[in-house]
Amino acid sequence: MSTLLEVSGVSVSFDGFKAINNLSFQIAERELRAVIGPNGAGKTTFMDIITGKTKPDEGRVIYGDKSVSLLKMSESKIAQAGVGRKFQRPTVFEDQSVFDNLMMALKKTRGPLAVLFFKPSAEDNHKVADLAEQIGLSGALHRKSGELSHGQKQWLEIGMLLAQEPRLLLVDEPAAGMTPAEREHTTDILREAAKTRAVVVVEHDMEFVRRLNCKVTVLHEGSVLAEGSLDHVTKNEQVIEVYLGR
Amino acid sequence: MTDAALPRRQPFALRFPSVMIFLAILALFTVGVTILSEGFGIGVISTSFIKTLGKTLCLCLVALAMDLVWGYCGILSLGHMAFFGLGGYAIGMWLMYARTEIIVLESLAAAPLPPTPQEVSDGIATQIFGVVGSSEFPPIWAFAHSLPLQLAAVVIVPGLLALVFGWLAFRSRVTGVYLSILTQAMTLALSLHLFQNDSGLRGNNGLSGLQNLPGLDDVPQATVSLWFFWASALALGLGYVLCAWIVSGKFGSVIRAIRDDEARVRFLGYPVEAFKLVIFTLTAVIAGIAGALYYPQAGIINPAEIAPIASIYLAVWVAIGGRGRLYGAVIGAAFVSLVSTWFTGGQAPDINLGVYTISWVDWWTVLLGLSFVAVTLYAPKGIGGLIDLITERKSPNRHGASLGPDQGSLREQEAEK
Amino acid sequence: MLRFAATLLACLTLSLPASSQQADAPIQQLLQSQSDLIVESSRRTIGPAIDALANSGLPAAQVVLDKWQLREMWVNTETGLFVYAEEVDRDTLRIFDFADGSLIGDVPDEGFEQLKPNSGIRGLIGTALVQFQLSDPDPDTRQRALDAIERGAEESHLAALRASLPTETDPQILARKQRLERLLTIAYGATEAERIEAIQSFDGDLGVDVRAALNPLLAVRVEAAEALPSDDDIGRVLEPGSDTLSRDDAYALLVAADLAKPRISVEDQRNALIANIADGQVAGIQVATLNSQDARDMAYAALAEQGTVTAVATEAEVDQRLANHVFFERYVGAPPEVVFAAKAALNAIENKVAINQMFDLSLDALSLASIYFLAAIGLAITFGVMGVINMAHGEFIMMGAYTGYVVQLFIPDYTLSILVAIPLAFAVTFGAGVAMERLVIRWLYHRPLETLLATFGISIALQQIAKNIFGTQARPLTAPGWLDGSLVINDIVSISYIRIAIFVLALLFLALFLFVMNRTRLGLEVRAVTQNPRMAASMGINPDKINMLTFGFGSGIAGIAGVAIGLYAKVTSEMGSDYIVQSFMTVVVGGVGNIWGTLLGATMVGFLQKGIEWFNPSNTLAAQTYMILFIILFIQFRPKGIIALKGRAAEA
Repeated sequence: MSTLLEVSGVSVSFDGFKAINNLSFQIAERELRAVIGPNGAGKTTFMDIITGKTKPDEGRVIYGDKSVSLLKMSESKIAQAGVGRKFQRPTVFEDQSVFDNLMMALKKTRGPLAVLFFKPSAEDNHKVADLAEQIGLSGALHRKSGELSHGQKQWLEIGMLLAQEPRLLLVDEPAAGMTPAEREHTTDILREAAKTRAVVVVEHDMEFVRRLNCKVTVLHEGSVLAEGSLDHVTKNEQVIEVYLGR
Repeated sequence: MTDAALPRRQPFALRFPSVMIFLAILALFTVGVTILSEGFGIGVISTSFIKTLGKTLCLCLVALAMDLVWGYCGILSLGHMAFFGLGGYAIGMWLMYARTEIIVLESLAAAPLPPTPQEVSDGIATQIFGVVGSSEFPPIWAFAHSLPLQLAAVVIVPGLLALVFGWLAFRSRVTGVYLSILTQAMTLALSLHLFQNDSGLRGNNGLSGLQNLPGLDDVPQATVSLWFFWASALALGLGYVLCAWIVSGKFGSVIRAIRDDEARVRFLGYPVEAFKLVIFTLTAVIAGIAGALYYPQAGIINPAEIAPIASIYLAVWVAIGGRGRLYGAVIGAAFVSLVSTWFTGGQAPDINLGVYTISWVDWWTVLLGLSFVAVTLYAPKGIGGLIDLITERKSPNRHGASLGPDQGSLREQEAEK
Repeated sequence: MLRFAATLLACLTLSLPASSQQADAPIQQLLQSQSDLIVESSRRTIGPAIDALANSGLPAAQVVLDKWQLREMWVNTETGLFVYAEEVDRDTLRIFDFADGSLIGDVPDEGFEQLKPNSGIRGLIGTALVQFQLSDPDPDTRQRALDAIERGAEESHLAALRASLPTETDPQILARKQRLERLLTIAYGATEAERIEAIQSFDGDLGVDVRAALNPLLAVRVEAAEALPSDDDIGRVLEPGSDTLSRDDAYALLVAADLAKPRISVEDQRNALIANIADGQVAGIQVATLNSQDARDMAYAALAEQGTVTAVATEAEVDQRLANHVFFERYVGAPPEVVFAAKAALNAIENKVAINQMFDLSLDALSLASIYFLAAIGLAITFGVMGVINMAHGEFIMMGAYTGYVVQLFIPDYTLSILVAIPLAFAVTFGAGVAMERLVIRWLYHRPLETLLATFGISIALQQIAKNIFGTQARPLTAPGWLDGSLVINDIVSISYIRIAIFVLALLFLALFLFVMNRTRLGLEVRAVTQNPRMAASMGINPDKINMLTFGFGSGIAGIAGVAIGLYAKVTSEMGSDYIVQSFMTVVVGGVGNIWGTLLGATMVGFLQKGIEWFNPSNTLAAQTYMILFIILFIQFRPKGIIALKGRAAEA
């Protein structure tokens, strides 16, 4: 499998504090990857760098077949290039209906004029309907998303991500605040998604990670501590030390 | 999941009954006022009040623009009255030039020699710029002789200023109150510039005599005022339809999303800055058109009209009317400006407290300021909120939290469809 | 004729009763010889009479000039004799003889007429008196004489001044005399070497008088010639159509020197054409077609051909003439060597002046920066620390200023009233700030845009209330006497004491702010609440109380700033809005949440505004406009201000 994203030697510091320290990371197309690490390990900053929110002090971030550098691109350009991101807190547009949220996310030309004169075709409406079914929100299509439950919002956000049809999906703690049944469903969605694209899941919950059944990267103090299957990394001395202390 | 659950594409008008209701009310109002006017009908409404109503319609139009940029896109611009004023100046230049030209040509016609173009130009310049001690045309008056070019300027000048300023401001990710203060600074700079005598726009004298249409001295003001009243009503109607169309589609969806959570929209792949720039520029153009219709009815424009306070009043109108809904902006602008005219015009009865008589001419501003505070605190939906009581709209229950992390986002009390 | 007059005078004198006046004394005879000029005096004609007196060498001449200047000279209407007199009462004069100053007696004033020289004549008399006064025993008189020379120097003064130098005893006056002597030598020195030496002695002197003495030497006259002369008194060569020499002026010069045909103004041409209209035609051309300048030129040329009007130069001729001549400046103020010496000295002085002006400008900028800092520091607390936009901040400044004004109404002593006003202004605005925080702002935390609008509502209400109470005209807030005047460092650099006081006050505020924030319990709690309100609350700090106190503190400082600004500017209901935008700019430019940023921001805004004003001193409006534009651009490049917080702290 060819490499989709390659992060190499990236460092960033805030007011002297090194949030990311010489981090290197690779993910192939159609791969599911879990990133774990204690608080302050730099997981969120790592995502910020890939999505263009934070500019690193040094290092390279190379993406896609044409090996473009993401460092010189704006957030929206990176998103258009096929990098989707789900935030820790569910962020959907609560003032708007589920339908509007999904329609906004649907992969289309993003320029202001194209959007102004946009008219949804029958095909677009079908796509939205299918997505809604996939995330279990068919019945709530015309409700305001602000009225949804916490778990439903998480799904809606995942649905919006899928609507973007990204090649690389970054998911930050998708299972937070979900019931066990909802977690099950979320795992299914993510594994399904990873069949057609690369998915990076940042998660605290070991049980959830175990269920994903994929390669795991452990971050600590801004760099990679260990990488491999979950069983492999949990046997690693250093990982045990970092997680359990001594 | 079946297609039945999806919205069917209905005609625009049917999907948005509020637009049809608004247009119907506006049409009724226009016809009613026309019949009651001095110019055509039975003369119940005086010409000066027709002008007041016409001006109010223009203010409603600029309030619509403000609602679009603030209520929908979350940019609290304190510069839209500057664009309004620029539109007024653009049309005022032609009105003043053309009218002075007629006067100068008349006076020169009596001379033994026919005038040369230079003499005519000098005569006009002396007439217009005598008050600021100049007798030459500044470069910005180069197109003042041409109505089409000045009409184009009504759109281009505010649009271009908004485009350049917006590009600079949005590019550097200035948001929230910083952006408000920055727009206020721009407005202040513009008004200070215009206050100078060598700004080329007659300093603090401003442009005057704009109520007289060149070459139409025979037409009574009663008729002219009706023309402008109709034009203002038409512009408001068209503006309303345009705004409703913009906010109804996906574009509206995106700008409301920008208002509520700008960063999230960026991660969806939308170039947020470009959207903001489009809205900022478009509303500046609408404001410019409104100004171009307003000032011929007001008769005079001077830099004080552009001062930052005017733009803040505009925000006040929209807030009192109810932001984030188009009819709210119209109601707010109409209500506050008419009530303000009533109070400051001395028609409101003074209140005698025995020791002190409250004269509304003096105390109206105080009342307005305090009622504005009250609206912000207790009725963030504004007057438009009353309509929700009738239509029984429900908002999502968010236990008091706002709908997004951004500073312009709606609060729960305001959220509505 | 003169002898006849003298005889007549003698007869008249003899016939005068009760008179012991010496009609034949030399001074009286001199006066009589100039009698007509003196009695019918006017500024234009009086010169010879004054000169005659001044150059007579008579000791009494000084007395005459003195008394004349003081309007104490009277003339006997019968005899025409001059006396000086005191008015004893309404009708009686006590008259004295000029010849020896002896009392003649008290007489009724009917027979005498007072000479009332106008101010122009008194000035001339003063100049003439100078030579006497320079050696007067009274030092004050000598000083006055020097003053008179400074006001209007004449060639004759130089000799008088030099003559008086050896006898001068007062060292201060001597120094002054020597300086004046050198200045006069520059203008009137006999030899070039003498003048150049005097010029060089003033190297780098900043006195305005030196520049006033040197500048006339550089006077030039613009001349035209076919080729540039090689004389050594030729200055710059001028290009017609440049800033220093317009095309019209250049051509007028040629016309005046008879080197070219005259041109005709549009107005004169028009009049000439009108004068020659016959049967609706001018020189055979229809009047109706004369609606362009070309057509009129043609008609005029036709008239000139007929000989009706004089021919004038066409544009082509004008161009050709201008091209064929060179225009240059010729030094006419002094001989070339002197001019060059003066130029060199002036250049040296100008350089020094420029440096000093920069210094003076910096002082001005510093005091402006202090004012902005004072206006902004309260805002730096409410906006910078608490993140609350308070558009009514300017009105708190205004309230402070009006508090000062009201205090002065009750306490007439200005020093005492200021001392009372400062704490009172703090108390008033502190109270207003706390009330506002309690009633409005605390409901709107985390809603900055609405805070902005709500406080704006309060701002317009407060402004109107002030207008209703105090009226629209400006009210004075008078500084105590010891703040009047200014600290003068040299002729160019000076700074008023009020500005120094404001600067000191700004430093005090900075110290107070740093002390409160870093060294007190309140400061600690404020910082805790700012950084993490929930955590602070769980540690027993009451965030409500802290917010209230912080807001009150910021508002109170605005009140004190109001007193300071009121001393410097006028107190009006709109003074707050004059400062609000600049204050926000100061805070934003400096970087929100950092007092040093505010200090830097104020310094930058102050220096910037003064710098722009320096380029265009007449137009402070333009300076403000450009400053705001600059700040808007500045924010493009440093959106977070000069001192920006980074990382997670910035996002909080």
